[in-house]
Amino acid sequence: MEHFALWLAAFLTLGIISFLYKDNAWYKLTESIFIGLSAGYWMVSLFWDNFYGKFWVNKSESPYLYVGAVLGLLMLLRLVPRIGWISRWPLSFIVGATSGLWLINYFSSNIMKQIEATILPLFSAQFGSGFDAGAAAIIGNLVIVTGTFSGLVYFFFSKEHKGAFGRTAKLGIWIIMITFGASFGYTVMSRMSLFIGRIDFLLSDWLGMIL
Amino acid sequence: MPKIAANPDLKAGSAFFMYLFFLLLLPQVTGAQQNIIPDDTFFQGGRSGEVPAETYPLPAINIVVGDNPNDAGETINITWDRSPDDFTGGKVKEYRIFRAEVIDGQPGEYKEVGDIPAGKTVYSYQDGNTRDGVSYYYVVQAVNFLKINNELAWLAETLSEPAGPVKSAAQWFDWRRSNALIGVLLLSSFIIIFIRQARSGKELFIRKIAGLEAVDEAVGRATEMGKKIFYIPGLSDMDNMQTIASITILGRVAELAAQYETWLEVPVCRSMVMVTAKEVVKEAYSKVGRPDAFQEDQVHYLTDDQFGYAAGIDGMVVRERPATIFFMGTFYAESLILAETGNSIGAIQIAGTAMPSQLPFFVAACDYTLIGEELFTASAYLSKEPKLLGSIKGQDMGKAVMLVAIITGIIMETFGIWDFSSLFSVIE
Repeated sequence: MEHFALWLAAFLTLGIISFLYKDNAWYKLTESIFIGLSAGYWMVSLFWDNFYGKFWVNKSESPYLYVGAVLGLLMLLRLVPRIGWISRWPLSFIVGATSGLWLINYFSSNIMKQIEATILPLFSAQFGSGFDAGAAAIIGNLVIVTGTFSGLVYFFFSKEHKGAFGRTAKLGIWIIMITFGASFGYTVMSRMSLFIGRIDFLLSDWLGMIL
Repeated sequence: MPKIAANPDLKAGSAFFMYLFFLLLLPQVTGAQQNIIPDDTFFQGGRSGEVPAETYPLPAINIVVGDNPNDAGETINITWDRSPDDFTGGKVKEYRIFRAEVIDGQPGEYKEVGDIPAGKTVYSYQDGNTRDGVSYYYVVQAVNFLKINNELAWLAETLSEPAGPVKSAAQWFDWRRSNALIGVLLLSSFIIIFIRQARSGKELFIRKIAGLEAVDEAVGRATEMGKKIFYIPGLSDMDNMQTIASITILGRVAELAAQYETWLEVPVCRSMVMVTAKEVVKEAYSKVGRPDAFQEDQVHYLTDDQFGYAAGIDGMVVRERPATIFFMGTFYAESLILAETGNSIGAIQIAGTAMPSQLPFFVAACDYTLIGEELFTASAYLSKEPKLLGSIKGQDMGKAVMLVAIITGIIMETFGIWDFSSLFSVIE
């Protein structure tokens, strides 16, 4: 059984990789198995973990959970054409509640923290320590401040990017692109490690070529 | 018998007499307190032989108990000053915290809720297992012990005066986050002011965003080629702002597709997104007078699995060869796989996401990319609704305030005037 599972995993891995050559029957078969299996797995997992787990096994006493259950049932009403419009209520609730809940979190993480991290004493190692920063720290501070400032200017939508404002915005998009370049290289390396993981599986686990 | 290290702090005459006084008093103190706390809570490790009387430490002092402020309740803070015997080589090895529920106005049975090793000046303990509205008393026990070969030889403990009663309670507002409230109110007021201006008929300028200008062109291209449009709303559910922004753009794309009679296909990986996207596309078709052209299977579910979803879309892209592909929403590692596959068949691709780590891949493989906030601006840009345009102008004002704050803060911090950045520190 273990050998069968190993061969099946290798067969399916090669099937997915075969897409690099071109779309083919092997890939189609693997793709269908992958989608069908994962869709089924997620459905079963969500049912047993959330629905059965919370309402039958743990019998949660939290009233909020039952509000969620009622909203879920309302969502299913779209299967009944005559009263399907009721399913819009839970949707509206989710979209509205999400916006409200995330507002403060995003404001804190995307605005407050960013401003705090950008307000730097340019020539000091830390606030109040005098002009004691080294050359590398000063350059680092200047890059952070200039990059954030010009990047923020790029994201002004209600003012045309002309003159000094436009040049600052252009500097901003350049800095953003340089950051993307660095991020691209870094992420490609991590993707390569994923690919190496699959090749390692084929060569060591399946073929036993690497001990 | 173990040797008791001499206490250098007690060499002074007055301190010595105090010490003698407490030594004489200790057996009475512990005897009285054992009525409050049963023996078995103390001697869990077992002991052999008698406890030498001089090993009992002086109790912890200044016990202060209070509700933990700015929280969701169920937590009480206990602070105390160290016992006079708490110093390096002293008689306090650790402190144990005991709690008793108030029953008929009196503390009931004390139970241990936690312990802290000795060695500090001021101690604090957070009891995060209380019931809101219930009154409690607390005592802190100074503990001395000797272990020989990892076996407890003796254990000597002294209780503090009880502190209480105290109740835990939830607070409606976390005052430490007032700065966030002020910021949100400021931003909201800018948005409201500019929405009012826009509604009153004032022209609001929005600069051109290339990725959004290209939406009409991309849909038109698919129409001319007689091919499909794919719209991929990303991996997240409806509780993600990027998905909500994506669904808004989908409405505009669906309107254009309905007008031009071009097939729009929306494969999704979340059931909630499927339901919402269906509603939005259906409404868009009705809005342009083509409700008959809408078909339920235009918006369809693939799988919740990240790479299963990517594999499915890749297969559809190479088989059906759409002329235009939109990637709008939250994307993770599958972004490059999807965008490269679309690129390989020569489709015009417009992407938009606020995921910083995925943006480089979209920039590299797509024709147009909406970077971060451009995605959230799209709904206003495409609809030109005064309400939405006003909100963009309001947000820009917010950004202007941020820039001013950054410049002011840098000047102040550089010249050591004031730690301005502390205004923006966030309490998690």
